[in-house]
Amino acid sequence: MSEARDFKYIGQRTIRPDGADKVTGRANYAADFALPGMIWGKILRSPHAHAKVLSIDTSKAEARPGVYAVATHADFPGGEGGSIEAGESAVNLRDLSRNILADDKVLYAGHAVAAVAAVSERVAEEALELIEVSYEVLPHVMEIDDAMQADAPVLHEDMFTKGLEEEPDKPSNVATRTELKMGDIEAGFAEADVIVEREFKVSRAHQGYIEPHACTVRFDENGQSLIWCSTQGHFDVRALNSQLLGIELSRLKVIPAEIGGGFGGKTTVYLEPIALMLSRKSGKPVKMVMDRDEVFMATGPTSAANVKAKVGAKKDGTITAMQGWMAYDAGAFAGSPMMPGVMTMFTPYDCPNVLVEGYDVVLNRSKTAAYRAPGAPQSEFAAEMVVNEVAEQLGMDPIELRLQNAAKEGTQTIYGPKLKRVGLVECLEAAKNSPHYQAALAAGQGRGIAAGFWFNIGGSSSVTVNMHSDGTGSIIEGSPDIGGSRASMQMMVAEVLGIPLDRLKPIVADTDTLPYNGTTGGSRTTFATGMALIEAAEKVVEEVKARAAALWNVTAEQVEYADGVVRNLAGEESISLAEVCKSAAQTGGEISGSANINARGAGPSFAVHLCDVEVDQETGKVDVTRYTAIQDAGKAIHPGYVEGQYQGGAVQGIGWALNEEYVYNEQGQMDNAGFLDYRVPLASDLPMIETVVVEVPNAFHPYGVRGVGESGIIPPLAAVGWAVGNAIDRKVEELPCSPPRVLSMIQSG
Amino acid sequence: MTKTHVTSTVNGDAVEFLCEPGDTLLDVLRNDLQMTGTKEGCGSGDCGACSVMLNDRLVCACLVLGVEAEGADIGTIEGIGSNDRLHVLQEKFLEHAALQCGICTPGLIVAAKALLDENPDPTEEETRYWLAGNLCRCTGYDKIIRAVMDAAETMRESA
Repeated sequence: MSEARDFKYIGQRTIRPDGADKVTGRANYAADFALPGMIWGKILRSPHAHAKVLSIDTSKAEARPGVYAVATHADFPGGEGGSIEAGESAVNLRDLSRNILADDKVLYAGHAVAAVAAVSERVAEEALELIEVSYEVLPHVMEIDDAMQADAPVLHEDMFTKGLEEEPDKPSNVATRTELKMGDIEAGFAEADVIVEREFKVSRAHQGYIEPHACTVRFDENGQSLIWCSTQGHFDVRALNSQLLGIELSRLKVIPAEIGGGFGGKTTVYLEPIALMLSRKSGKPVKMVMDRDEVFMATGPTSAANVKAKVGAKKDGTITAMQGWMAYDAGAFAGSPMMPGVMTMFTPYDCPNVLVEGYDVVLNRSKTAAYRAPGAPQSEFAAEMVVNEVAEQLGMDPIELRLQNAAKEGTQTIYGPKLKRVGLVECLEAAKNSPHYQAALAAGQGRGIAAGFWFNIGGSSSVTVNMHSDGTGSIIEGSPDIGGSRASMQMMVAEVLGIPLDRLKPIVADTDTLPYNGTTGGSRTTFATGMALIEAAEKVVEEVKARAAALWNVTAEQVEYADGVVRNLAGEESISLAEVCKSAAQTGGEISGSANINARGAGPSFAVHLCDVEVDQETGKVDVTRYTAIQDAGKAIHPGYVEGQYQGGAVQGIGWALNEEYVYNEQGQMDNAGFLDYRVPLASDLPMIETVVVEVPNAFHPYGVRGVGESGIIPPLAAVGWAVGNAIDRKVEELPCSPPRVLSMIQSG
Repeated sequence: MTKTHVTSTVNGDAVEFLCEPGDTLLDVLRNDLQMTGTKEGCGSGDCGACSVMLNDRLVCACLVLGVEAEGADIGTIEGIGSNDRLHVLQEKFLEHAALQCGICTPGLIVAAKALLDENPDPTEEETRYWLAGNLCRCTGYDKIIRAVMDAAETMRESA
């Protein structure tokens, strides 16, 4: 890519094209949708954390007036084998089908057991109470350590640990053991003058999107079934429903509603297959909306984790060895983000000797789902806390220690490739020079710093730019817009076409309009879909040039396109894009450009955060008094929304570090399944979140873009955790630093 | 179940509806009056996505029964600005990129307008505490607070 390029639209703080609808309440989210003749579906959930389902008698519910259909796992013949790629990872269809509606066992309190569709939500709820389920309650296991014990209650009799040297002969709750290493870890620690080793615990945290899961569906036996829903990836919703219900892809259309937050949590399905089944059985459109407690109890949070980190360094600050061990809570079915946890743990460091071991553990909690940089915050928290302690023991500034060992272009990663050009050093320099870092702390305050790394992904993006006879254009894309991405898409196409933003209307299209488009996740949308749109818009330009060249009887090389106008280099003529579009039918047909790409070369984004806190010595309550988020965007297409990603990620991380956790009672039921008790940060909890947008271009994107959505949630755990320890002169080993936990640390002396 | 006939005013328009005793004002607005700008995030008064004005008081519509709307004057997001004539708060939310997914935005704008109607010159702390009942999970609140304070300044200047 060309650097120091002058952009007309890229880098501006434009008004998002979907903005007016969203500030006036006109934008349609999934729960806002209704169809004539529609009925309502509700779900019966298990009160038990672990039990055999002996029988389900739905006859009384079915007989209740106003009830149109009842569904259980027995209705789902599909989904009994194999896995498909969806969201950011492979989905095991058998597990998915048994998570949506329990089969022979319930595996967590809140596990769906049966569903009813009735004339109203109230009638459906009343009918649920008429369903008789006979359970044989089994011992449950809630904690990672307990679940890994040889005598623990086993969730899945057919689960044998993968990745062990010896084939196990009995089932276990450990789904997988994995290990990545490079260099000689023993030799590395032998070289070290200082070695710090600690074990940490991180609670599970929910994505906490404000919009509960919702969908409206209409099953059509002969034609095409329709799903309107809130999802980060409607093509994957189509794929999963197709598999679970045995419907061909072309006979299922998914129409994405506006989405009210997801953060990874809306990359799978919960309601849609059930709603389709209820619609199939009742012959009516079905609407389903989760209650907030259902969202907490039965949709994926991210994993709790136990993580050990050990780091050795020489007196001069050279890090010689880094070792990690982690066990991640997958919930009731295998598949925690342990693997990315292993891969990312020490990636911010250029260290030759690294060994990381990981365990994916099932227990009687809801199945986890992706959450912003899945798996990275937990393991990198442990690594960053220990690196800070190494700096402390060496008497070095923690930023200097990181600068001395920072990953950079050519650094070997533990997971395979060497890093291309990355911006960690630039982020660390920005942190060092920031007004925040230069400012002195007040008495009783503490400060923490931490770095974070996330890969980012590319993948399939399919787009079309359709030009119209009045010179305006439609940007047809397939990436659900979760944080303002339509603004970036509009800006990138406007940049290529050289026409004003308001001449271009971005639309997130349904699954019939475009070929497959990957889910909005992995910080891929502005990078990959943007890359596809740049290519599609360039095709429009080429076509417009060809039409003008034909008009003037010159070659395409003899014309030039700039700012929406084609000029004849061999003469005086010029013609606008709008004029070419107006006469397109007469010069060879309407004009559009399409690009279906599998984007390669996603650039990693490093982040560095600074946090100051104040701790109330009497209550243990922590106040964040100052916070700065610094991150590499490659190139910020819309700086406002880039900053917004930094701020939003930082605050989700602050919430996780300070208050958010799942609290279970002795029966294994979640005790805080609501926003009053699962306490996400409020406006009154926070200061302004200062941001620094570092731009080290990604050579693989035409404008240099790196995804920015995820890295920002990684550093807060250690930045806050270290700051709290710094303020109370203790070593934090467990998150969240909620008031009772901090108070007990203060009192422990 | 017998439904109750309720007469009230929504955004200045006289409305009538039938509701069951257990229906909330939020159910009535969204399902009976088809005014879906008011959002449901929790149904328990914790998130503020359903913020509306009830006789000039800021309330969560999920905590008010439909029958309580009898004779009441209700104000919702649909009564604040329109796509071609936005309220200053709405303009400032867009200028400051103070929304990402946008699901909390209608409630925040209703709540912020209630703040500025009562206190045209709020401090940052006053703004943060007034909006503490409105959860936003996307933005970290920074740009929301800036948008509200900027709107307050603009409104004071034009007052």
